[in-house]
Amino acid sequence: MDNYKIFGINGPVVTVKGPTEFQMMEMVYVGNEKLVGEIIGITDEATTIQVYEETTGLKPGDPVEGTGAPMNVLLGPGIIDNIFDGIERPLAAIEEQLGAFISRGSAVSALDDEKLWDVTLKIKAGDELKGGNIYATLPETPIIEHRLMVPPDLNGVVTKVMPDGKYKLFDTVAVIKDNLGIEHNLTLCQKWPIRTSRPVKERLSPTVPLITGQRVIDTLFPIAKGGAAAIPGGFGTGKTMTQHQLAKWCDADIIIYVGCGERGNEMSQVLDEFSELIDPKSQRPMTDRTVLIANTSNMPVAAREASIYTGITLAEYYRDMGYHVAMMADSTSRWAEALREISGRLEEMPAEEGFPAYLPSRLAEFYERAGRITSLCGSEGSVTLIGAVSPQGSDFSEPVTQNTKRFTRCFWALDKSLAYARHYPAINWIDSYSEYFNDLDPWFKENQGEDFVKYRTKISALLQEENQLMEIVKLIGSDVLPDDQKLVIETARVIRVGFLQQNAFHADDTFVPLEKQKLMMKTILHMHKKAKKIISAEIPISKILQLGLFDKLTKMKYDIPNSKPEMFDDYIADIDKQLDSIMQ
Amino acid sequence: MIIEYVGVKEINGSLIVIDGVKGVSYEEIVDIKLENGTLRQGRVVQIEGERIVVQVFEGTRQISLKNAQTRLTGHPMEMPLSPEIVGRVLDGAGRPIDGLGDIFPVKKADINGTPINPVSRVYPKNYINTGISSIDTLMTLIRGQKLPIFSGSGMKHNDLAVQIVRQAKITGADSSNFGVVFAAMGVQKDVADYFRKSFEESGVLSHVVMLLNLSNDPIIERTLTPRCALTIAEYLAFELDMHILVIMTDMTSYAEALREFSSSKGEIPGRKGYPGYLYSDLASLYERAGMIKNHSGSVTQIPILTMPNDDITHPIPDLTGYITEGQIVLDRNLQGQGLYPPVNVLPSLSRLMKDGIGEGYTRADHSPLANQLFASYAKVIDARSLASVIGEEELSPNDKKYIEFGRLFEERFINQGFNENRTIEQSLDLGWELLGHLPKSELDRVDDSILDKYYVDKTEENK
Repeated sequence: MDNYKIFGINGPVVTVKGPTEFQMMEMVYVGNEKLVGEIIGITDEATTIQVYEETTGLKPGDPVEGTGAPMNVLLGPGIIDNIFDGIERPLAAIEEQLGAFISRGSAVSALDDEKLWDVTLKIKAGDELKGGNIYATLPETPIIEHRLMVPPDLNGVVTKVMPDGKYKLFDTVAVIKDNLGIEHNLTLCQKWPIRTSRPVKERLSPTVPLITGQRVIDTLFPIAKGGAAAIPGGFGTGKTMTQHQLAKWCDADIIIYVGCGERGNEMSQVLDEFSELIDPKSQRPMTDRTVLIANTSNMPVAAREASIYTGITLAEYYRDMGYHVAMMADSTSRWAEALREISGRLEEMPAEEGFPAYLPSRLAEFYERAGRITSLCGSEGSVTLIGAVSPQGSDFSEPVTQNTKRFTRCFWALDKSLAYARHYPAINWIDSYSEYFNDLDPWFKENQGEDFVKYRTKISALLQEENQLMEIVKLIGSDVLPDDQKLVIETARVIRVGFLQQNAFHADDTFVPLEKQKLMMKTILHMHKKAKKIISAEIPISKILQLGLFDKLTKMKYDIPNSKPEMFDDYIADIDKQLDSIMQ
Repeated sequence: MIIEYVGVKEINGSLIVIDGVKGVSYEEIVDIKLENGTLRQGRVVQIEGERIVVQVFEGTRQISLKNAQTRLTGHPMEMPLSPEIVGRVLDGAGRPIDGLGDIFPVKKADINGTPINPVSRVYPKNYINTGISSIDTLMTLIRGQKLPIFSGSGMKHNDLAVQIVRQAKITGADSSNFGVVFAAMGVQKDVADYFRKSFEESGVLSHVVMLLNLSNDPIIERTLTPRCALTIAEYLAFELDMHILVIMTDMTSYAEALREFSSSKGEIPGRKGYPGYLYSDLASLYERAGMIKNHSGSVTQIPILTMPNDDITHPIPDLTGYITEGQIVLDRNLQGQGLYPPVNVLPSLSRLMKDGIGEGYTRADHSPLANQLFASYAKVIDARSLASVIGEEELSPNDKKYIEFGRLFEERFINQGFNENRTIEQSLDLGWELLGHLPKSELDRVDDSILDKYYVDKTEENK
């Protein structure tokens, strides 16, 4: 390959003069420190490169070296329980090498290439293998079995297999010959370009919910495994908190948490908390199923743009092994701003609010990589995407929120006034929606009974009714309402405070199983029904309020442990007893 | 051999274009000598082959196409550092202006710094007692945090900052390892003097480094001021193990300087004319707060910004709020009522407080009490808006109690003297006392066990 030299430098954008042989989106090394960059524009006069590291100190005339391949990530064992930057550089290894501050051009292998893995081979010589077939497995963490798959574009016959045993990342464990007679070594790892989605055999419809243990999500706005959701909210409304809760408690097998342009202290909090938390299902630390990608806001902006793609590529890799993966991206607005920043440096024509015109298509491409699938090896897996959006000025009409809304089917709108009143999660029940009801209702009916869906419909009807009544209350006060409407307001208060509000710091309330969610709804609705009957018998509501039953219900989330659903029967019996006594 | 380039090709705002330059590196510092002998500095902001664009820190006044000689220094902008820097007064670009002579550097550091590896960070958990009830109870400041004050022109943010510096007690820090780095960007001379005098009165002046870029100083220098300040702070914190509080005022002037520079460079503007990279740029400052492993020092930031037109959705407070770990919002109405500090508690927040309070740090009831105060005060606002429609007389008895609680909360809890230093116990007890004016059944954020311990009913019926 020819030697190319830097001509111009402007922030993270570097140009090379004259016609070059680079391909579009090819990964290149820039300067003597070999900074990672990507080709983003080619004309016969100049080639434009986006550099993923600080460009301070680069000089015109410094070399630019091509790699002949697009920007890719290394896929193999050692990804789980690791923390990477936006272009898959291991931050812990960099710390060892360079200390507490990240300097540039650090040449550290993405995955540990010295560690020995306990590999079990699943094939024998003469086997015919297709792309996606599993040829070996190894325990990556105590709960995740890493399944090594033939790269998707490779087919052939096995000519050589090594015995089971301990191997390093780049050791050859098998050799296959393709139909052109060329032999390929299969090691413990493979590469995949981050901007291309990995192929699947078949896409399935999203009919299984992702259980999060968060009441407002599971009951009112459920998300499917393989679905996509957006969490928009101004600063301080609890986006990150909600993302953390989902990452901790949702029932996916593997969590990919991407901190895209967010705070450094938040990432260290995640590291701290996740290593202390024990996963209730496996009794292992949360880190055994978690991958962190941390490209904090002060790390290079181009790597921030790439971090989202790095995350989703890792997610797809584990999906193909047959795992259910959930990826949290916090926040996609920072990613969109990185796009805008680079687009500005390229002097592209801006569209809305300075964002490039291709923002919607990039967002669509990204969210389309979510889904529940049958992989090439025939197992079922899914990638669920949950993207936080940070709207400028908390205005949901800005381009990133609006375009994200078009490509996600769950919208969990965070509300400033709820957050100000410390109502968490501050998901507004009027503005939010989920389009997965039709897909998921059969599952809920089968697993939680017909009642679950019925209760949910009633709960949201009550909340809607309250919302309308509040318009009146705001104008004239609640005293003038008739008793049956006062009851709606009272019940809705119980739903809001006792059900929708959930305390992330309470040992029981931080994660609530579906069974308890259902019984809570049942108890609240039972109370409402019974009280309504009393009011229709012309008994004033003040008599019911005196009993303190509503206050008891708002605290049942704390008073009834998750492990004792039978206590709800006592509550219902108590409601019956006390209300019946009024009737007489 | 050092080459000097004579003359410039183009002058535009604070930028000059020089042609035929060889061997220049990106962001390198250049010295510019004018014919009349004045010396200026500039930074390379764009390179296209042999044509470079240089940003002149002191401005381009008096530069003509012929009278300037430019010399490359071969390194990016660096700050000389030594332990002696404590107690000095510097200009906006980090040069001494107190007449005590140059700083003899023990080391030099690039003012842009390098990002802290997220893995190396220590999650901040140590709380700083500011002695101010509203802050300590409801938006606790944590060592290593960045907690800005969102204010407006004419509000008492300077007083509040001074009071925090005077009263801030950091556990494990004494006067020998506690220091303040004060960066003034585009503030008036009197304001800078006010800070200086206040530091002097509270006896911390010998531990303060002041960087002054006053409102008539060059704007390009203003874009360097916070970077110099944070470079000093990082040096003191992570090499000399000091606890450093960085006060940066006013971030709005800084962002405007950035906008001016960006537009003279001909960049595509983002929202309200601010450059598209404003978020990344602010983050490169704010993210320099924190604590790192194997060092006992810390950098805590209190940036102060004046919200243009008191608008919290303006890009500067908006982007700041997305980067910092919470905010302290001041309110003009509260100030108008004569309350000090005029902290509007509802939009204020400290993201790090949840792990730095409670048993072992402050008191076990701190977190539920704070939640309850927020929730109850939010209801006060609802009751008030109802009262403004139907009149206070017509309110339900419950709403009336909220109105009364709101009045007491503002007058006694938020309101506090400029010289009044309350312990955390005093603040928490005061919070409970005020909650006593609400019926017990309204306190739905607190466990019964804590209620039983702290709640004393003070409502009318029980008097």
